Amino acid sequence: MSEAAAARDAAPSPDSAATAAAAPTAAIADAPPSMLGALVQALRADPGAAAGCLVILLFALAALLAPWIAPYDPTSQNIARAMQGPSAAYWLGTDEFGRDLLSRIIHGARPALLVGVFSVVVSVAIGVPIGMLAGYHMGWIDRVVGWGVDIMLALPSLLFALMIVALLGPSTGVLVVAIGISHVPIFVRLARGSTLVVRGLEYVSQARSFGASDFHILRRHVLPNIVGPLIIMATLSIAGAIREEASLSFLGLGVQAPQPSWGNLIRDGVAEVLEAPQLAILPGIALTLAVLAFNMVGDALRDMLDPRDLTAATSKKH
Amino acid sequence: MSAASPPLLAVDGLVKHFPIRGGFMGLGTKGAVRAVDGVSFIIAAGETMGLVGESGCGKSTTGRLLVRLLEPTAGRIQFDGTDIAALGPRQLRPLRRHFQIIAQDPYGSLNPRMRVEDILREPMRIAGLKDTEQGERVARLLDHVGLAAGHATRFPHEFSGGQRQRIAIARALTLRPRFIVCDEPVSALDVSVQAQIINLLRELQREMGLAYLFVSHDLSVVRHIADRVAVMYLGRIVELAPKRRLFAAPRHPYTQALLSAVPVPRPARKRQRIMLAGDVPNPAAPPPGCRFHTRCARAADVCRAQDPSLQQDTEGRAVACHFPDP
Repeated sequence: MSEAAAARDAAPSPDSAATAAAAPTAAIADAPPSMLGALVQALRADPGAAAGCLVILLFALAALLAPWIAPYDPTSQNIARAMQGPSAAYWLGTDEFGRDLLSRIIHGARPALLVGVFSVVVSVAIGVPIGMLAGYHMGWIDRVVGWGVDIMLALPSLLFALMIVALLGPSTGVLVVAIGISHVPIFVRLARGSTLVVRGLEYVSQARSFGASDFHILRRHVLPNIVGPLIIMATLSIAGAIREEASLSFLGLGVQAPQPSWGNLIRDGVAEVLEAPQLAILPGIALTLAVLAFNMVGDALRDMLDPRDLTAATSKKH
Repeated sequence: MSAASPPLLAVDGLVKHFPIRGGFMGLGTKGAVRAVDGVSFIIAAGETMGLVGESGCGKSTTGRLLVRLLEPTAGRIQFDGTDIAALGPRQLRPLRRHFQIIAQDPYGSLNPRMRVEDILREPMRIAGLKDTEQGERVARLLDHVGLAAGHATRFPHEFSGGQRQRIAIARALTLRPRFIVCDEPVSALDVSVQAQIINLLRELQREMGLAYLFVSHDLSVVRHIADRVAVMYLGRIVELAPKRRLFAAPRHPYTQALLSAVPVPRPARKRQRIMLAGDVPNPAAPPPGCRFHTRCARAADVCRAQDPSLQQDTEGRAVACHFPDP
């Protein structure tokens, strides 16, 4: 997709940054003719990012196809088979209720990715418009938003999410909202800072000089030019959200038993850690891999987009 | 337009002060930078007025005020009889098509994510022109400013500085304006490209009857394009005269110093280089009396006490000095 088309397709509301995140190629303004070719080239040059993409793809497939590829129902119990080691029938063994660990880990990918992706959609949908407005209009809006962000950042984001879950009760939907809201401040800050830079550029003045409305300027001129850093932040934020989903589930405030989540698998496994350490270690590895993968892809995107987007495209060339 | 009809643009007592934030949490102000401090002039239809001065004298601010990219602190800007300084954003919007601005930096003035065609169509879309009309105008404009039709689908980064400035000029022309502020339009370009762009601007002026305010620190460029020239110093116009007269017989000591710094084709010819002592005073606290007295060789007591007004003589020359040359 060309960037002009991407700009045209951008929905009227600034939340379209979230949809834009689905097409990271749109962020590369000065890319060679073929976007796909550029992506392949970039992945070849950065094996870490390529591995990250592969891991994300595998986890995404596992999450999507869990009911079909998991060998057993992750919640069906059979005490007779409890606490078995790895075998041909149960590749990773069973837990204290005789449930298949592999099936539970595969199903655990569902809440992880679901909460990871949708909570970031929530953060972007709330944070980016607020940040853009604050950066564009400055004045009292900016001050009020700044104070709000400072207050939220004074609390650890996990604590913030914990408060919301404690208030609304644990469920996957609440997790998405809680973690999503706790990540809003970083998107507000990023969108505000980038908007502030773009707002001062001459093409924004030019647009105003032929009578463009503020909304038009934000949509057509500001958003397409700040989307690069936002995509990077969104990718890194998914990693954080997956970690926080696991943390809250570990604490019993996230996904509720008997539904599996990597967080509650680790907690249940810890109780049996001397007898069957794989029950805690294997879900831990899954969690680590997923977080690592998103972080690596985020870092690679930063390397790819940074030199042009943060220095060249958004600051004046002389 | 005949001499009797009102001018296209009449600026009267234009003031722009930028407040300096200070006090508790930046909520208060402590003084103001007087970027433009009481500027008046007129521009006739089809005329080019040059506006020259050192950096920081307020010439670009004046240009941006005229197209209302900045809100004037005080003063009137009569455009074709309407005071556009007094209009709210909503009332101003339909009038904006009549006056445009071409910026100095051809790299910052084009959105890097938009194709040339979209850059040119945007003003027309906002003005509500029909799609077919937009396409026709894009083709015509590209041809007008010396670009090929095939350039329409390219992105700004694929062009050189001079070509980008041509795109910026084409965009300024999309809505058929009557007045264009050229804010140092060639300062960022190579000398050879400068001439091409200047010639293009002159051709377009002839064809479309455009009026220009040509802001520049480069006197040789202004000498080439302007009909009349205004010289600014610290937010004020110190001298305003028809080009020939200003360059042949400058009256204000500041104008004389500026002109003496311009390289001439025959350096052997005797002339005196006037060196100005000191720096431009702080525009937040301009000196009392004549603003130029701190650097003026002629300064007397009256200059330190009394601010000279811009006095017009019978030959259309105006100067703000207690002791002007004839």
